[in-house]
Amino acid sequence: MSEQTTVEKEDTQLNEQTKEWQPSILAILCNWCSYAGADLAGSARMQYPETVRIVRVPCSGRADPMFVLKGFQKGFDGVMVLGCHPGDCHYAKGNYYARRRIAMTQDLLKALGIPAERFHFEWVSASEGNRFSALIKEFTRQLQELGPFEGVDR
Amino acid sequence: MRIGVFVCWCGSNIAKTVDVEAVAEAAKSFPGVVYATDYKYMCSEPGQNMVAEAIKEHNLDRVVIASCSPRLHEPTFQRCIGAAGLNPYMVEMANIREQCSWVHERTPETTEKAIELTRMAVAKVARNVPLFQNDIGITKRALVIGGGVAGIQAALDIADAGHPVVLVERTPSIGGRMAQYDKTFPTLDCAACILTPKMVDCASHPLIDIWAYSEVEEVNGFVGNFDVKIRKKATCVDPKLCTGCGLCLEKCIVKDVPSEFDEGMGLRRAIYSPFPQAVPNKPVIDREHCRIFNGGKCGVCQKVCPTGAISYDTVDEVVEEKFGAIVVSTGFELWDHSALGNYGYGKYPDVISSIQFERIMNASGPTEGHIVRPSDGKTPKSIAFISCVGSRDDEHGHAYCSKVCCMYNAKQALLVKDKLHDVETYVFYMDIRANGKGYEEFVKRTIEDYGANYIRGRISKIYPDGDQMVVKGADTLLGKAVEVRADLVVLATAMQPQHDAKDLARKLGISTDQYNWFSEAHPKLKPVEVLTDGIYLAGACQYPKDIPDTVAQASGAASKAIGLFSKDAIKSEPMIAYIYEDTCVGCGLCVDVCPFTAIELVEVVDKERSTRDNQVVKTVARINEGVCKGCGTCSAACRSLSARLRGFEGSGILAQIDALADMVKIKK
Repeated sequence: MSEQTTVEKEDTQLNEQTKEWQPSILAILCNWCSYAGADLAGSARMQYPETVRIVRVPCSGRADPMFVLKGFQKGFDGVMVLGCHPGDCHYAKGNYYARRRIAMTQDLLKALGIPAERFHFEWVSASEGNRFSALIKEFTRQLQELGPFEGVDR
Repeated sequence: MRIGVFVCWCGSNIAKTVDVEAVAEAAKSFPGVVYATDYKYMCSEPGQNMVAEAIKEHNLDRVVIASCSPRLHEPTFQRCIGAAGLNPYMVEMANIREQCSWVHERTPETTEKAIELTRMAVAKVARNVPLFQNDIGITKRALVIGGGVAGIQAALDIADAGHPVVLVERTPSIGGRMAQYDKTFPTLDCAACILTPKMVDCASHPLIDIWAYSEVEEVNGFVGNFDVKIRKKATCVDPKLCTGCGLCLEKCIVKDVPSEFDEGMGLRRAIYSPFPQAVPNKPVIDREHCRIFNGGKCGVCQKVCPTGAISYDTVDEVVEEKFGAIVVSTGFELWDHSALGNYGYGKYPDVISSIQFERIMNASGPTEGHIVRPSDGKTPKSIAFISCVGSRDDEHGHAYCSKVCCMYNAKQALLVKDKLHDVETYVFYMDIRANGKGYEEFVKRTIEDYGANYIRGRISKIYPDGDQMVVKGADTLLGKAVEVRADLVVLATAMQPQHDAKDLARKLGISTDQYNWFSEAHPKLKPVEVLTDGIYLAGACQYPKDIPDTVAQASGAASKAIGLFSKDAIKSEPMIAYIYEDTCVGCGLCVDVCPFTAIELVEVVDKERSTRDNQVVKTVARINEGVCKGCGTCSAACRSLSARLRGFEGSGILAQIDALADMVKIKK
């Protein structure tokens, strides 16, 4: 037990040394595809940075642009909405409405002066645990390049 | 408000990377939380009892379970708190296993994340309101899609329990793959002898309707109440008049259509029945090849038909039927190995697939069971069987094992020796996977008693030399090159999903994996169910399976359907949308976006503006609760926040974001 603690301590020290700034990501995931994909990444132990916090909604069609704006208003460095691939929606076409609404949200963010790169909309199916894990890694890296979100300049 | 938080260790699954005690300790300070604790296995009986007792002891009105994914155990804990007297919807789960402990190392950040996820769940549950389920009646009638041995077994089981079944099959006969096989491993039962009686049972069962030559077009509705459109393809043969005498088959002048049933090894007519034991034994006209439908003159079959059953102007018929449960048993396809040039399949007539060899061995096959080479009709003196052709081969899209090839290779190597005593057999394998009852013994028998030469190695090239085929590869046990001259080469090609599996999945609203096999609801505990209630899987449409596994799963799927039908009503899903009429302005945006056309505009009395003498009406949206599925697209579209989704209200979701943001800010 004590041995394990030593190893842990070393790990922590190592992490301290190499620690980069970690962004905070708000992710809104549909229950049937993307949330299941995130669960699969878990069952398959596909590691990714602990930067993301997931809000589950039944369908990406439920993703109200307000949730996205709220995320930025509250100071998250990045926001993502993930839904089923086109044609795979559990509710037949909720994700198509999401896609149209997200296009509008992207324009809205632009108008508000929020960089488009801080907002991601992707399709992740229930079998794409690896894709989910890769997306989080990639988005984390992108946000690290962009740096912390300081709010909107006026 | 009195919230209780229960943090699960999940043995070491969570506790290994998350300091669960710290999570429970932190939870005690969250607003509304009056009690927090941790335990090894929250889902176990003592764990659930612990929750129930805490609800009574601390007078809790809401519960948060920080453990695995809600997709796994939300129903478990809903039942648990329901039994303890709370409304089942007063529980929220924080997913600190799949989305935290399993994907991160043990660092302080991982524990922090678990605390934040728990905080979010607390914020959400604080806004939960009790939800109630209604009773919905069910149609006690099952649809089975696919008439192979899986569909046959499922149909028989459901019908034997007293419920009507429609068995839809897209080819002219039920029977599926198994009907093509010669013998079955490891008992060497004749496939037809054990399958055809079941086919006949299906046909004669008073509660089973076989709709052959039919396909599912559209599926709507939900568990207990599916509305399914089925296309009955035009056969040109009136099943009521046709006696199955077979005269039309004999007289048809188009004689050169490759038989699908014989895998192209034999020929059939343009009017045909796939095989003599077909059920239903009524021929169909293949319009692609029939002269009448290709501008030619003919009409022979119509002239010779003694009962006048044939008419050329029949059209497809689309019928809409109601079902309570659907069993999907659409089976598999075999990989067309001609894509891979170096084995020469499709190029050299003496390189054939295992299913073609199965037809050659079959007494009712194109050679009447005589084992001869397709090229010159000679009896082969040496046969090479190659396993894993496409299977366990990521490069060609099948990283998985097709599971049955090792066994049928052994079976074919054994049976061929029974028929041709002086034939030399070679089986090239990667590994021998013989894990089933009597399987290992069977392979041993093939090797030891029937003298099959088993060579561990992969084949790099197959090419002709003289009138023989040269099979070239490496013996990976001896570590040297190996070359075998064979008269016939049999390739065990990979099993893969039906080419249109994805289309059917979309029609049914079920999911598929990366290969397009249908996905089960849970790989261990719900192998027959899918994530859509009322739809069950049977057989190889889920993943490669042998016959015993297929039949077992088919009975499993049937018992799930029978279990559903044992109730007169099911509980409705309460997490559906509703309209807050006071603020609704009747703009109709929600009506336009609803994927299920569950919303309509109605006129109601505007209570605010009406007086006793002057009634003012206003237009509002109204949700048809029987049709709404709870996707929430209307909530996101509504501009006045009047369309709301129970269980996923905007207030609850925003509260989660707010609570999380507050914690993130503290960190910053």
